[in-house]
Amino acid sequence: MAHTDTHGRPIVVVTGIGIVSSLGQGKAENWRRLTAGESGIHRITRFPVEGMRTTIAGTVDFLFDHRVPAPDLSERLATIAVEEAIGEAGIGGGGDFPGPLFAAVPPVEMEWPEKCRLADNVPERPLAYRDLLASAASGKFRPWHERFLFGSVADRLADRFGTKGQPISLSTACASGGTAIQLGVEAIRRGECEVALALGTDGSVHPEALIRFSLLSALTTANEKPEEAARPFAKNRDGFVMAEGAAALVLESYAHAKARGARILGVVEGCGEMADNFHRTRSSPDGKPIIGCVKNALADAGVTPADIDYINAHGTSTPENDRMEYVGLRAAFGDEVLAGIPISSNKSMIGHTLTAAGAIEAAFSLLTIANGRIPPTINYTLPDPAIPLDVVPNVARDATVRRVISNSFGFGGQNVSLVLAGEPA
Amino acid sequence: MPEGGAREVWITGIGLVSSLGEGLDAHWEALTDGRAPVTDAARFAPYVVHPLVKLTYDSQIPKKGDQRQMETWQRIGTYTAGLALDSAGIAKNADILGRTDMIVGAGGGERDHQVDTAILNDLIASNDAGRLLNERLLADLRPTLSLAQLSNLLAGNISIVHGVTGSSRTFMGEESSGVDAVRVGHARIAAGQSEIGLVGGAYNAEREDMLLLYALNDFCMTGEFRPVFSGRDAPGIPSGSMGAFLVLESADHARARGATPIARLAGVWSERAKRDVAGSVAQTVAGLLAKGGDAAILSGATGARGATEAEAEALAASGRAVRSVANRIGHGFEAQFPAALALAALAVSRGALFPALPGDPVERGDGAVDRILVTGVGHWRGEGAGLVEKIG
Repeated sequence: MAHTDTHGRPIVVVTGIGIVSSLGQGKAENWRRLTAGESGIHRITRFPVEGMRTTIAGTVDFLFDHRVPAPDLSERLATIAVEEAIGEAGIGGGGDFPGPLFAAVPPVEMEWPEKCRLADNVPERPLAYRDLLASAASGKFRPWHERFLFGSVADRLADRFGTKGQPISLSTACASGGTAIQLGVEAIRRGECEVALALGTDGSVHPEALIRFSLLSALTTANEKPEEAARPFAKNRDGFVMAEGAAALVLESYAHAKARGARILGVVEGCGEMADNFHRTRSSPDGKPIIGCVKNALADAGVTPADIDYINAHGTSTPENDRMEYVGLRAAFGDEVLAGIPISSNKSMIGHTLTAAGAIEAAFSLLTIANGRIPPTINYTLPDPAIPLDVVPNVARDATVRRVISNSFGFGGQNVSLVLAGEPA
Repeated sequence: MPEGGAREVWITGIGLVSSLGEGLDAHWEALTDGRAPVTDAARFAPYVVHPLVKLTYDSQIPKKGDQRQMETWQRIGTYTAGLALDSAGIAKNADILGRTDMIVGAGGGERDHQVDTAILNDLIASNDAGRLLNERLLADLRPTLSLAQLSNLLAGNISIVHGVTGSSRTFMGEESSGVDAVRVGHARIAAGQSEIGLVGGAYNAEREDMLLLYALNDFCMTGEFRPVFSGRDAPGIPSGSMGAFLVLESADHARARGATPIARLAGVWSERAKRDVAGSVAQTVAGLLAKGGDAAILSGATGARGATEAEAEALAASGRAVRSVANRIGHGFEAQFPAALALAALAVSRGALFPALPGDPVERGDGAVDRILVTGVGHWRGEGAGLVEKIG
């Protein structure tokens, strides 16, 4: 097998995977529960939810027993995922990872508990914003400066794992995880490095984050049965469920991985993207950017729609996304081909892990190939006649899956698709 | 073969706004006519900032509805990106914009201070703070607030307003995000992964929430403005409102469409000193300076303690002509490196350095220049450099 692809570029493989989500910690536990059709969505207990329209989420509650700022949780989630990934890859342990870090991290800002502590430090009542500045300058809260820098999560990960060079913190909203992988693939293809660490992490379920999405009418309000609230592609879908998690992938040139005898978990054959300039939160009604994104990914991989065995959908469970994803896929694949391809949404079980979603779902896509088992779309009891897809309803399915396309779309017109395949024969 | 390659990358468009004005001509005039930096030490006292020149946003963001969907930093950036596309002659060229790859260095999170303060005052007085916070946020936050705060929505707004849709990526992480936005944009073109790209960033310094973040660890310049290399101890960060975007293009692509280059971007490097190891910053900067041979230096020094002293040491030891960006337009974090590259490209295109700032002992040297190395040392983390060369 050649070490270059049909474009003459180095083939980029995955040699390590780490996952943590509301389903649990580690690849094995996540895969077991995902293919059992179990949901990680539950009632929020992290903070008071009185007065909120949505009171459920896929929070990861087993890592801290007290409230921490979102970047602390994002960092912890990422740390766990990276430890698993580099452990499996058998490279870059001991705090000396031999390549760069591409980290999809949520935007950060000081949160309300910290603001309240600043306010408590102010004698004046009522206080004015400039009093908060004076309180900030008191020197009593110095560590918060670093903690609430946009670069701090990736910085600390770079310190901990000894990645090389300046880490890149990135955001393409809900496509971020896909972009992190794409950046790593591109760097290896350019010959800048042989190995790269790509991850997506999100631990930002806090009151204001939840309310912001509520104000955009993006969240489900089906609070009564949390595990049944995420219903991608179903007629009764009414919004996404916010969730947390992380995934990390060790990316490596095929030549490098073979030379050191590494176990190949899969290939990132192609990456596609295309920005949408229609609206800040809505997709272009003609689906052109999604179509272009998918086609770019297929072309980058050097494959055709008929070569795809399974689609790992973005599938957020919002009325808009799932319809537009179908419209885009239908145009990119054609009716006949699309009808024969199973497509499912991991978000029906783990919710929408936002910044982490693209990375987590790429990891699950690789597990789908490796295990020959397609995770279901659960809560699919009321098919939407406008979306005639084989969504692998409710129960996992055994199938030979050689190649997957995994989609990620985000607010701000972000679209990224990845084509993933098994080890070259 | 890897996509390594080394295709020539040109800067064919520049958008620049700052306290000194709008556009390259206005900046050159302000930099060379001996005027003092434009600073405001009163409005956010004790903190000094470089306020943005007044912009007529309508000229680049014609729809008021679009303007309303953005916070100021996004407006600055979207406006400046439009200037860059105009400058490159590709504005409204749907074919090229549909292939233009965008990487933005962005912060975000611009708050409504009045809303935050009102909520805090009520929370302090409440005995049911959790419920009150939820109710107040639901009632008082504008539905579009989260979009105006999201880091990637500067890029999103550039797509919407100007039609840049080839790709859209946003890097975060203060100064280093600006360095890496340009570095990756440059590398992709040099390697043949992209033909044309838009890279840059924007910063609104006239924001109490950002002053608060940096004041937490005593990083802001207080009192009257001082040059960043003015004393033994770094004087603090004189933050400056600015927007800076560059159109980067393969020389082949530029030639094919008859574009006139402003300068060549010969290389971009990012580094990461170990800040807790003595001498690491100076050593890293010295290594970066070596990339530029004998090129003049335009430093992105922030004025922050713990970073600027070491940078000054390395710059002084280099013996080369030096200028500081922050001494002219302040420090713009994510936007600083793109702005410095814009000023460097401007200087090499005019063939001369602008005069040194009186009172800054590190600024020195004069005369003709055809190569400038831009350096950046982040206030907390991240170093970088970019080499700009005159064409022809």
